[in-house]
Amino acid sequence: MSEPLIYDLSAPGRPGVPLPAPDVPAAGLPKGLVRKDLPLPELSEIDVVRHFVRLSQLNHSIDTGFYPLGSCTMKYNPKVNEDAARLPGFAFSHPLQDPETAQGNLALMYSLQEWLCEIGGFAGISLQPAAGAHGELTGILIIRAYHQARGDARRTKILIPNSAHGTNPATTAMSGMQVVELPSDARGNVDLAALRAACDDTVAGLMLTNPNTLGLFEEHVQEVVEQIHACGGLVYGDGANMNALLGVVRPGDLGIDVMHYNLHKTFSTPHGGGGPGSGPVGVCEKLVDFLPGPIVEVIEAGDEDEAPLFGLVMPAQSIGRVKAFHGHFGMLVRAYTYIRMQGKAGMRAIADHAVLNANYVRARLRGTYHVPYDRICMHEFVAEGRWAEAPDIRALDVAKRLMDFGFHPPTNYFPLIVHEALMIEPTESESKQVLDAFAEVMLRIAEEARTNPDILHSAPHVTPVGRLDEVKAAKDLVLCCRPAELGEPAKRG
Amino acid sequence: MAYIPHTEDERQAMLAAVGVRSLDDLYQAVPAAVRFPDLELPEAVSELEVMEELQALSEANLDARHTVCFLGAGAYNHFVPSVVDHILRRGEFYTAYTPYQPEVSQGTLQAIFEYQSLICNLTGMDVSNASHYDGATALAEAAILAYNHHRGKRSKIVLSPGIHPHYRQTVRTYMQGMGLNLVGDAALGNDSAALAGLLDSDTLMVAVQYPDFFGRIEDFTALGKAAHAVGALLCVCVNPLALGLLKPPAEFDADIVVGDGQPLGIPMSFGGPSLGHFTVKKEFVRKMAGRLVGETVDGRGQRGFVLTLSTREQHIKREKATSNICTNVALMALASAVYLSAMGKRGLRQVAELCYHKAHYAAEQIGGLKGYTLWNRGEFFHEFAVRCPRPVADVNRFLLDECGILGGYDLGQDYPELRDHMLIAVTEMNSKEQIDDLVAGLKEVAHV
Amino acid sequence: MEFPKDLKYATSDEWVRVEGKTATVGISDYAQSQLSDIVFVEVTAAVGETIEQGKAFASVESVKAASEIYLPLKGKVVAVNDELPGTPELMNSDPYGKAWMIRVEIADTAQVAGLMDAAAYAKHCDERSH
Repeated sequence: MSEPLIYDLSAPGRPGVPLPAPDVPAAGLPKGLVRKDLPLPELSEIDVVRHFVRLSQLNHSIDTGFYPLGSCTMKYNPKVNEDAARLPGFAFSHPLQDPETAQGNLALMYSLQEWLCEIGGFAGISLQPAAGAHGELTGILIIRAYHQARGDARRTKILIPNSAHGTNPATTAMSGMQVVELPSDARGNVDLAALRAACDDTVAGLMLTNPNTLGLFEEHVQEVVEQIHACGGLVYGDGANMNALLGVVRPGDLGIDVMHYNLHKTFSTPHGGGGPGSGPVGVCEKLVDFLPGPIVEVIEAGDEDEAPLFGLVMPAQSIGRVKAFHGHFGMLVRAYTYIRMQGKAGMRAIADHAVLNANYVRARLRGTYHVPYDRICMHEFVAEGRWAEAPDIRALDVAKRLMDFGFHPPTNYFPLIVHEALMIEPTESESKQVLDAFAEVMLRIAEEARTNPDILHSAPHVTPVGRLDEVKAAKDLVLCCRPAELGEPAKRG
Repeated sequence: MAYIPHTEDERQAMLAAVGVRSLDDLYQAVPAAVRFPDLELPEAVSELEVMEELQALSEANLDARHTVCFLGAGAYNHFVPSVVDHILRRGEFYTAYTPYQPEVSQGTLQAIFEYQSLICNLTGMDVSNASHYDGATALAEAAILAYNHHRGKRSKIVLSPGIHPHYRQTVRTYMQGMGLNLVGDAALGNDSAALAGLLDSDTLMVAVQYPDFFGRIEDFTALGKAAHAVGALLCVCVNPLALGLLKPPAEFDADIVVGDGQPLGIPMSFGGPSLGHFTVKKEFVRKMAGRLVGETVDGRGQRGFVLTLSTREQHIKREKATSNICTNVALMALASAVYLSAMGKRGLRQVAELCYHKAHYAAEQIGGLKGYTLWNRGEFFHEFAVRCPRPVADVNRFLLDECGILGGYDLGQDYPELRDHMLIAVTEMNSKEQIDDLVAGLKEVAHV
Repeated sequence: MEFPKDLKYATSDEWVRVEGKTATVGISDYAQSQLSDIVFVEVTAAVGETIEQGKAFASVESVKAASEIYLPLKGKVVAVNDELPGTPELMNSDPYGKAWMIRVEIADTAQVAGLMDAAAYAKHCDERSH
């Protein structure tokens, strides 16, 4: 039984939200520029509320249950963050109002800049990028600008491990640079020999995810960094997996030159069904001038009686703006709140428990699920969703069956270098009870794969819809609906 | 420790199961010399204390709820019906992830499908994606689409000077590695006729804004024809709220329509998060970046929604993807879907008209003041520029200190020819009384 | 898996039917099974255009994968299969027959010799499956 579309609930003449009557004389409307009809629905408030509440009830969410999506860090989203972001001084401030009238916002951004630099080991940071991929583009453009400023136009290549997230090569192409793929070794690290062979004076840099997408800390990370630096390149760190490193090691201390943070992963800002995120970019000293801007700086130092005066400044050789205004400020407020509530000790505790939880689940599943790189993992690990004794069962079937037990499946089919990959990241938010319950179900599913494979093939059974026809969706494209009054059928592609 | 549930007993049991003695043992692979840094961060505070701290920071700002606001320039103070935030606060929406497992994500997927539909119907275009970060990045993605559409063989983009300065800067940042020629926006006087004059067989796209940065509105049909005559694409950046009143840009034969959806139920929030919408003609759907929700059925024949045409995206095409974008701003798309549903066909038209009439009233009153000249010629929506008798900073200082009003934008910051010109925005949030106070304040500061 | 003996094959999984001076090109049974349900086909080459050996002349998409299709030998395009965009599923059901993609006038007949025969191609596919 599906929820009707908003247009299906519409009825002509239904009153919507009441608005005030005009209190000024009417001006003549612009000739030839007024639209004739407006194909929006007409609903009363109760219809709107019921519709969207019912839709929400069709979702799994962190607030509903365990969500071990590898590489996404689905930790608990604190409610105090939501209250904080809605404080009127934040929510109703205008980005272009005189900075003197927005000192609270600028002070908050300045503190966050400082703390993220401290956590990551960087000399400077921009809070402007709106998401991880956006931060990546920013980082690669910074590397490019750095070499250009040195007068070195030969460096057009970016080295990328084959285990990398798809955004890495896509970002490189967008920046006008060339992708060179590096193989991984048998232990899941960057292949050092291949790296050495690829390093020359046409290399602008390397994109490194550490821990990598297998959840493993690069065993030779310092050698990798030294190799790239030795040939004159820079190292970009994909900070998606920072949750394992908080208070454990600072990427800047490992020699990473530029890195993006995902506030919506590591710093608890909510995923929102697919955004908004926030992807600040931290850099080492020699890249500080190239950051996108504006960034917040102290214009006039304060003293015991007066707070400092903050202002917005464009870095000296900035790559430019990467979006309008200052960044996803609402998410910055949430991250600030989170860091204040975690404090210094909390950072290490987050990593410890995220890593402990992942290793615990790995220990519970060992022997039943093959873990190709079976050593102490970081905050996530990758298992295979396949068994020789159950040749028709794939990771997809395991994932769908998990939904019958109220769990969101782990990440499927990523990284590409593991067959039938299931990437499991519990996060530090989950208790041993939840992890045990999850492990029990995973073990049960492994058993079902052998004894009752059909129940996996036909899963999920208890969700609002069953497996959906993705081929049909791609072939018979229906991407929006039009109201019937336009004289066309209720749907069109 | 906040939000970490483990007891000491549980920790010990888990360490034993993993086969290590202490938490430190989990990090053997991390180089010892740089392990366990002593971070210089403040100690943790409780929820009670953090809210006090944030309250103080919040109150160290002026905001449009407490101070009358006539500032626009790309972010607008609008009424958001209470129903929007109540829906956004549902944990099932905001704590869910991207709907990669559609069976447990039908709420998000259908909401986005409805958002796509509403935006298509508002703009008149064929297809909408699930959103980009903001209007500026949506315009940059439009440029990338146009570039790929011409298979990299064309290198010129014509930009109207009436496009928001931040948007034009963002396009330049994005395209800096691609060796392109961005022209047209250096001369403020370049109107549509002048922009048409810049079109040639090397042009991949011409972009304009509607209403433009100065609030001006015009019909771009002729420019569209001129663009298509040389095989270039027409991209129009819109204020979607204005489309409650104005002719949709599909009627200019626009190929791509982008814009910033902040006016549709999203608080200004010091500039973010916002909502970049992106719509195209049908023929460009496969070149469009960003997520896309499509309708289908399950094994029982029941309607459902899925992310579709994923092969356009980075996780499949990798370096051949036309864009690296991974996230959209799903929760903001939901906000605007709820807003448009709650306001409805009549509400959106009403709001647009309130903005229009109030702005025209303000422009007429201010234009009549000695020392002030209305810069806008022709039609405008809810923003207009006035030349002031004194520097804008001085005028705004006076308005704030003496009248408690946040004045308009100082255009001299972006357009050297517009020194002493203020861009004033008027919305449904500004009563006649507030407008009259603004007028009185402006009158007074001319004489001080 | 079928590999008709009268056809030649490229390592990038296209087949070629040589008839005098013309070559007809499509994708092999192996290729279509790797892609699985094909939902979209776009031939970007135009009749009259000359395309170099190894250059992409089309792109094919399934739900989970996207692939460029490369011309195995240099030629001038004389025909493009107009039916294909409307019925992409033909590429799965009849890859060697109705799902031919393009026909070219061979520019350099020496390039034909560089293609694999059915047996060599079958071995090439077998090696990749492990």
